[in-house]
Amino acid sequence: MSTATNLQGHSGQTTAFLTDSTLCIGCKACEVACKEWNGVSADGFDWSGFSYDNTGAVGHSTWRHVKFVEGNPQPGFGGNAGEAISWEFSSDVCKHCEVAGCLEACPTGAITRMEFGAVYVQPDVCNGCSYCVVACPFGVVQKNVEDGRAFKCTFCSDRQRVGLEPACAKACPTQSIKFGEINQFRNEAQDRLQELKARGIEDATVYDPQDTSVGGIHSIFLVRGDPRTYNLPPKPEVPTIYLKDGWRSAGIAAGMMVVAGLAAFLSTPAKNGKRLEGAGR
Amino acid sequence: MAENHPVGFQWVIEAREKNKATVIHVDPRFTRTSAMADIWVPLRCGSDIVFLGGLIHYVLENEKYFREYVVHYTNAPTLLREDFRDTEDLDGFFSGWDAEKKLYDPTTWLYEGSPEKGALFGGPLPKVEKDQQQAGHEKRGIVGPGQTAETAKQDFTLRHPRCVFQVLKKHFARYTPEMVEQCCGVPKELFQKVAEAYCSASGPDKTAAICYALGWTQHSKGVQIIRAASILQMLLGNMGRPGGGIMALRGHASIQGSTDVATLYDILPGYLPTPIFNRDARSLKDYITYNKAKTGVWSDFDKYIISFLKAYYGDSATAENDFCFDYLPRVTGDHSHFGFWLDMADGKVEGLFLMGQNPGVGGPNARLERKALAKLKWLVVRDMVEVEPASFWYKSPEVERGELSPETVATEVFLFPASGVSEKAGTFTNTQRLLQFHEKGGDPPGDSTSDTWFMVHLGRRLKAKAAADPRPRNAPLNALKWDYSVAGKDAEPKVEEVLQEINGWTTADHRLISGSSELQADGSTACGTWIYSGCYPEPGRNRPNERQSRDLYGHGWGFAWPSDRRILYNRASARPDGKPWSERKKLVWWDEQQRQWTGLDVPDFYRDKPPDYKPPEGAVGAAGIGGDQPFILHPDGVAWLFVSAGLKDGPLPTHYEPLESPLPNPLYKGSNSDPAAMKRERPDNPYARSPGDPSFPYVLSTYRLTEHHTAGGMSRTLSHLAELQPELFCEVSPELASEIGLKHGAFATITSPRGIVEARVMVTNRLKPLSVEGRSIHQIGIPFHFGTNGLVTGDSANDLLPISEEPNVRIMEAKALVCDITPGRRPRGKAALEFLARKMEAA
Repeated sequence: MSTATNLQGHSGQTTAFLTDSTLCIGCKACEVACKEWNGVSADGFDWSGFSYDNTGAVGHSTWRHVKFVEGNPQPGFGGNAGEAISWEFSSDVCKHCEVAGCLEACPTGAITRMEFGAVYVQPDVCNGCSYCVVACPFGVVQKNVEDGRAFKCTFCSDRQRVGLEPACAKACPTQSIKFGEINQFRNEAQDRLQELKARGIEDATVYDPQDTSVGGIHSIFLVRGDPRTYNLPPKPEVPTIYLKDGWRSAGIAAGMMVVAGLAAFLSTPAKNGKRLEGAGR
Repeated sequence: MAENHPVGFQWVIEAREKNKATVIHVDPRFTRTSAMADIWVPLRCGSDIVFLGGLIHYVLENEKYFREYVVHYTNAPTLLREDFRDTEDLDGFFSGWDAEKKLYDPTTWLYEGSPEKGALFGGPLPKVEKDQQQAGHEKRGIVGPGQTAETAKQDFTLRHPRCVFQVLKKHFARYTPEMVEQCCGVPKELFQKVAEAYCSASGPDKTAAICYALGWTQHSKGVQIIRAASILQMLLGNMGRPGGGIMALRGHASIQGSTDVATLYDILPGYLPTPIFNRDARSLKDYITYNKAKTGVWSDFDKYIISFLKAYYGDSATAENDFCFDYLPRVTGDHSHFGFWLDMADGKVEGLFLMGQNPGVGGPNARLERKALAKLKWLVVRDMVEVEPASFWYKSPEVERGELSPETVATEVFLFPASGVSEKAGTFTNTQRLLQFHEKGGDPPGDSTSDTWFMVHLGRRLKAKAAADPRPRNAPLNALKWDYSVAGKDAEPKVEEVLQEINGWTTADHRLISGSSELQADGSTACGTWIYSGCYPEPGRNRPNERQSRDLYGHGWGFAWPSDRRILYNRASARPDGKPWSERKKLVWWDEQQRQWTGLDVPDFYRDKPPDYKPPEGAVGAAGIGGDQPFILHPDGVAWLFVSAGLKDGPLPTHYEPLESPLPNPLYKGSNSDPAAMKRERPDNPYARSPGDPSFPYVLSTYRLTEHHTAGGMSRTLSHLAELQPELFCEVSPELASEIGLKHGAFATITSPRGIVEARVMVTNRLKPLSVEGRSIHQIGIPFHFGTNGLVTGDSANDLLPISEEPNVRIMEAKALVCDITPGRRPRGKAALEFLARKMEAA
């Protein structure tokens, strides 16, 4: 663990997204601004039938994605009325984990830690092995099969470097996506949570897993209801934490195989003889 | 609002979050706006006046109105004539209805003591023969000569049975919570909740605002729906005060600008009426006589029109030749979009310029509109992409169905590439009347040019041709001043010169003027649009391009007409004695030391007129407005609960069913729909039977999605937007889906008497069947963005709409009509037409 942290350690100002779904109006400006700025192409013109969502999920050609969760609205209750959830929108994005599974898994060094805390896939180094795809606990990284390489949110590192906020946060008209300093956001998220609860929105939660192996994320969310509804796992883990167990299991398995092999080698003639004899009967 | 004005909606969110404002959303569908609201009220399409009337009734019955405001700032105390009769007396008609001509004679709606026809300010006019088709802007209502404080009689106790307040009370007496429940399908308890929330947010220390969009305007009684909202706001004292008002959320970025600087046929820039043949068009004197008010802002009408004519015709306009008044076009009939298009369908129109407009998708009865294009000799389309009207002759549903074919369409189509907004400089005017200038971001691609370039160079060529041909018909073109300079390799006009012309200057030395108060009626000033005057007050000072906001109201950022006043009628933010109603809601007030109006906004009032000023007898112009009369556009200086002149379908809003409705009008047997509305019914614009055509049992409403821009020319062609909503769909409730076997994700065919479209089915709880008059009413929602061109294509929902005309502004009824819906795809080719014909036969 400590090795991993050092390996991924970074310096400079630590920035983050704070995505407050209770302010999201589902306009998808973040999706479009992201694609425009980063030159990401559209990913097909298919009507999904999943409410107003036709881009599906975060993937190689959708780095910001607004999820639409339809409830059962009743007359007299608006969506943010506190009494009932009716139509929830939430903009998903790469979490830029402190301990990033994708970075750990990348064998070529294509995925690096940038300043500001960004986890960045260098497209000119990526060889398309897809190890990162399976290593991401959030299902964010995806390989573009036509192109052969993996893509995801860059945290608009190019914009951040010249003092601009990421395109999605810039485009958001209602400040549902905020961009700023991570520790400040952690406090702000808690304050906002208290405010919402005081207003009667009891099911609001802050999603900011810090006590798991991802060691904290740079995309904090405020959602209503079960975070799993919005593709946010309750206990995201970096796959490498299973390495020790994995090696131990592999070691045990290897040891057992050696033992079994030896045993087999030592006992083979007799047993074989017996069995053959038995078979002969 | 969240759906179609997401950027503006940030302020609603801010009000909700920072000021704990309650957000109420009234909409048949649960939309993205409802999702952000505290209270969602689904109601039956087209029942809005009953809902608003219910609120008015609640305010009056429970004495929730802002009494001091109502008594002093509205015409509530004004007495009406003895011969006025309400719709409640005449089963759905106001007095003055001419059943033969199908229009009102509004004489009986005047205030008691008002002079009738022939006694206009400045002298008599010939009697005017009108018919229903006679369109035109009725400025006379606004500037009407009779409504001065001088002649009107008032009862400030509001008890006189003929005072506006009592008439209003009687008129809305039947708009009870029970009626709201019965007609709108809104449960009583929900209605009560809304009424309490809305009233508790209004008063000296509070204000409530109403935002509306095309869901209110696109009805056969759209103007009266907005009138109902304004009555509510006046009663609660929510006009002219910070946080109050009625915000018209426009359908495009600068629709406000295009009405101000007049793209409509019946108004000239600055809401000056286009002269109407046989009414006020004989001479400039007649025209001014008809339109000039005795008191208030419109008493300077002559200054506005003469300065306007000087801007148009320059040195050619002299006092001797009526300042070229005769060269202005006259209104001779219904030249509204619809009147014009029906004429086109009948082969009466030769050529057409379509610039940034797509009636082949966005127009009602789009099928008729596309087919009408085939009757033209020539058609010029200027747009950024090949929009549907440019391709109707080879690629359209009509070509697919064999109604049109490239071999037989004789229309010569010219498609010009136009530059986009960021490729040219210019201004936008938003709903707050705020002008904002934008610079050019970059050059347009290829041969694309700005619309200003096209118009200026077209004008130059036409003038060159006219100059070479001295026939009298060319006199107006020869007189026209057209001296815009051009620069650069493309000879691009300088739009700031146009803005200066709009602002106005003195004709002798071309000095830019500081505002409309400098305008003169002797030809010494020229001004393109008097309400915009002051936007370019001196050389180098383009106020719409200023970006230094100084205060909460944004002074220093852009320019809000008139005179940078951010809130209209803001004199109403102070008590009659000139002090603010409350500290929290103060805006402008009378400064006794300085002897002038001052405050946080530019006072929308005569700066040095003290609150206790009373107009002397016979006072005219500004002197005729009292110091406690904030509504200076009205000759009587007060807001009109009752509109005694200027509207064509009645002085008060009253409920009528849509032109096509499943239900009879619960209020009146005599008139199911607005009697003054025009159906323009004809074989290519047929209607279902109303009420209750069994062949078309469902209510249909059209709408837009956040992801697309109106008719789709600017969004269906862009991959990043097209992928977000790639296909036409219709929204239905689970109850309707199970009743007739519609499957989520499968196709459905939707039919109206005009057309047939197919759409993917979205079964959603966001639509609820409403229980109305003991019946279950199913409503279907369908976006209208799709057409035959672009990256994503689909049927145009507007093929289903009829061409109909609201009597005052001639807008179509797009938000409440009837249809049928069946599972499965629509027939292709000729079979579609046969299907439609069979359907109509059965009906």
